[in-house]
Amino acid sequence: MDLELINDCVHCGFCLPSCPTYVLWGEEMDSPRGRIHLMKQHVEGTPMTPEMAGHFDACLGCMACVTACPSGVRYDRLIEQTRAEVEREHVRKPDDRALRAVVFQLFPYPRRLRAMRLPLRLSGGIRRKIIPRLERINPSLAAMADLAPPVSARVRLPHRVEAKGSRRATVGMLTGCVQGEFFPQVNEATARVLAMEGCDVVIPPSQGCCGALSLHSGQEEQAKRFARRTIATFERAGVDTIVVNAAGCGSTMKDYAEILEGEWARRAGAIRTVDLAEYLAELGPAAERHPLPLTVAYHDACHLAHAQGIRSQPRELLSAIPGLELKEISESAICCGSAGTYNLFQPEAARDLGDRKAERVLATGADLLVSANPGCTMQITAAIRRRGAQEIPVAHTAQVLDASLRGLGRVPTIPA
Amino acid sequence: MSTMTLQEPARRFEELLGHGAVITDPVRLRTYECDGLTHHRVMPGIVVLPESAEQIAAVVRVCNEYGLPFVARGAGTGLSGGALPRADGVLIVTSKMRRILSVDAANRRAVVEPGVTNLAITEAVRDLGYYYAPDPSSQQVCTIGGNVAENSGGAHCLKYGFTVNHVLALEIVTPDGDIVELSDGDPGYDLLGAFIGSEGTLGIATKVTVRLTRAPETVTTLLAAFKDIEQGGQAVSAVIGGGIVPAAIEMMDALAIEAAEAAVACAYPEGAGAVLIVELDGPAEEVAHQFGEVTRICEESGAFELRIADDPAERAAIWRGRKSAFAAVGRISPAYIVQDGVVPRTTLPEVLASIDRLSREHGIRVANVFHAGDGNLHPLVLFDDAEPGAGERAEIVSGKILDLCIEHGGSITGEHGVGVDKSRYMSRMFSDEDLDTMQLVRCAFDPRALSNPGKIFPTPRLCGEVPGVRKGVHPLVESGQAEHF
Repeated sequence: MDLELINDCVHCGFCLPSCPTYVLWGEEMDSPRGRIHLMKQHVEGTPMTPEMAGHFDACLGCMACVTACPSGVRYDRLIEQTRAEVEREHVRKPDDRALRAVVFQLFPYPRRLRAMRLPLRLSGGIRRKIIPRLERINPSLAAMADLAPPVSARVRLPHRVEAKGSRRATVGMLTGCVQGEFFPQVNEATARVLAMEGCDVVIPPSQGCCGALSLHSGQEEQAKRFARRTIATFERAGVDTIVVNAAGCGSTMKDYAEILEGEWARRAGAIRTVDLAEYLAELGPAAERHPLPLTVAYHDACHLAHAQGIRSQPRELLSAIPGLELKEISESAICCGSAGTYNLFQPEAARDLGDRKAERVLATGADLLVSANPGCTMQITAAIRRRGAQEIPVAHTAQVLDASLRGLGRVPTIPA
Repeated sequence: MSTMTLQEPARRFEELLGHGAVITDPVRLRTYECDGLTHHRVMPGIVVLPESAEQIAAVVRVCNEYGLPFVARGAGTGLSGGALPRADGVLIVTSKMRRILSVDAANRRAVVEPGVTNLAITEAVRDLGYYYAPDPSSQQVCTIGGNVAENSGGAHCLKYGFTVNHVLALEIVTPDGDIVELSDGDPGYDLLGAFIGSEGTLGIATKVTVRLTRAPETVTTLLAAFKDIEQGGQAVSAVIGGGIVPAAIEMMDALAIEAAEAAVACAYPEGAGAVLIVELDGPAEEVAHQFGEVTRICEESGAFELRIADDPAERAAIWRGRKSAFAAVGRISPAYIVQDGVVPRTTLPEVLASIDRLSREHGIRVANVFHAGDGNLHPLVLFDDAEPGAGERAEIVSGKILDLCIEHGGSITGEHGVGVDKSRYMSRMFSDEDLDTMQLVRCAFDPRALSNPGKIFPTPRLCGEVPGVRKGVHPLVESGQAEHF
């Protein structure tokens, strides 16, 4: 844990209202300023008590505080270092340990995740019966079942998709773990949109996890291993630009050069990671946009807005579609509670934040919610489902663009 | 007081507020050891997180029972150590009390709990065409309860006045634990006026009725870049002297601009030795006329670039640099002291030249950000806390700046309060008799001196605060004009 980074904090408190846990509980220890204070205490010799570890675990890692901080404190780096320290020093309770083991041996491995789809293929009726029961046994397991979307047909993407019309660029595409297994339609749409905009899209098979999930949970070594493998995979594919459609993955991949050392840091530096919206805005439109008569609420994924600073690009892309009206969600900078694995490890806080977000999403009165991160999509969909009555379909930016470019007239959404 | 003696009150608080609302774990307690002023640190004995006025009153009554001092805290953004805890006492944190209880647009008032942030009030009433006028730079964080305690100001107080001009009524918990209401409509003494700005020494505000201000028809913001502070100062004097009262008139010097640039890339004109931000608001015609005058004055004073913002986005771009300036100096200096002093507007150039001299003499950089319209200076004294002796030199410069303010007929604080940080300068401004008279007011509210003791006053005197320091009877008591309670 880097004392110099800790000392950049001048204790002004500008981060407090941006922090989801401070918004929920109003306690200093669960604010970025308070957590940095705890980090300092630990560096100066205070042992990692269960209380201290609990406040670090309660951090969503949404990075809203990084946006809010006028002093440029690298809280993102600090919390990553701290989580690794928690894993080294803090002895977790057996049930917490078991749950973490399951998650880290499951989610970053697409093949294992695929096997899990079967038991998760529950009809609405069974789901409603099983969740309260799981809730009693373990809230985290209940959260897992509650979040999982109905399984859609498996899609095999080709290894290369040729550009439509004249080729403007060649890019690699990350398929992701959760995105690939739970939302294959999003990957299909991404590849199509890129191709229609004049890109050859290279999709290396069996890519594996990018390491985001591990990095955000203090599993440093696993994260580095996945990062190295991802770099090697795309090097072999012969691309120097990787387009990513999942916010969490993109933000981690942009940090590869900082996470890795030596030779690997250099190799990471040679590859450029871009978010899909960022890339399309930069490329400029080539294909014709067909009208979509819809009001759309755009949800800022934390790892897009805060971690990558991407706010205007998706909004511009959506607004450029004829007939589409964009609505802003109030409190858009506050996390929905998904935050990678947060909704599995901290189900109560995640639930409160999900409910808060659902209420604000529904208040927009939009026909469609657009979310560019699979975690957020599952979290918000689950929160809206819990409310019962009202529902709102959800789609990824790629799917909306795909529908407009192909002139479908409507957006094939993600089933709730 | 040992921790043993705090165990029993802690148990009582848990009975009153519930287990989760009472903090006694030292690791957690330490996160509350300071507010925005970090060089004063005291770990509180107990922290409580009440959710209602009744809970605060109950906590205060228990404090009275055990003779425990208590300190109220909102978001902990204060810059004078006003919410510095007591090791032998209780820190009462209002950050969970953040409901907006009612908005009454017809009567232009809103009732809020003390933990509501300053900006949240404006956000709640913006769609109705209103806002809450006082705007401290920390407005998105700082709480209205803290604003009341410190009588907070902000950039727009030149035209609209301070917190005291915008609070219509208060519900407070008195230092002995009663819940009472103070209102500006009350006949008799202006107790509301006495309470606002009392820095937590007269009790804790638990409900605040604020005045809502109608959003102006037109707002125009102008950024003028000058070669140096002198020219900027001239422009300020000419604007105010010309009978124009802008909503705000703010100045930043080169070093402050550098910091803001590093933090928020505000893209102020290159090569500016000073920038002036002038905001005009009101009826369109009046603003148009004033705008012409201000532009002419700035140009005549030597402004080499003028930028005009007419829409909220452009206006926010101009203000971003100014509003982030305090925290932004963290980008160009490892540590700093935010000073707050006042001088008569006409002496601005002279005082700034003296500050510059002080800075060079002591080898300590000073960045200047200030509310130029009312002569409220915020020199930021920069130093490296890793360098031996630098902190002490910075303290000396910081203190001498206040001496300069007093010499020129100004004050040691414009809006950040005295707190713990400036109590030692109070006797440079006031005689012992003045201070003792203030103590009599305090004693009328807080005879046992339990409510935020150790703040404002340089040495504890009267009514039980370490008796015996003052020899003899207070002159006012002696002359029969006042009495002890």
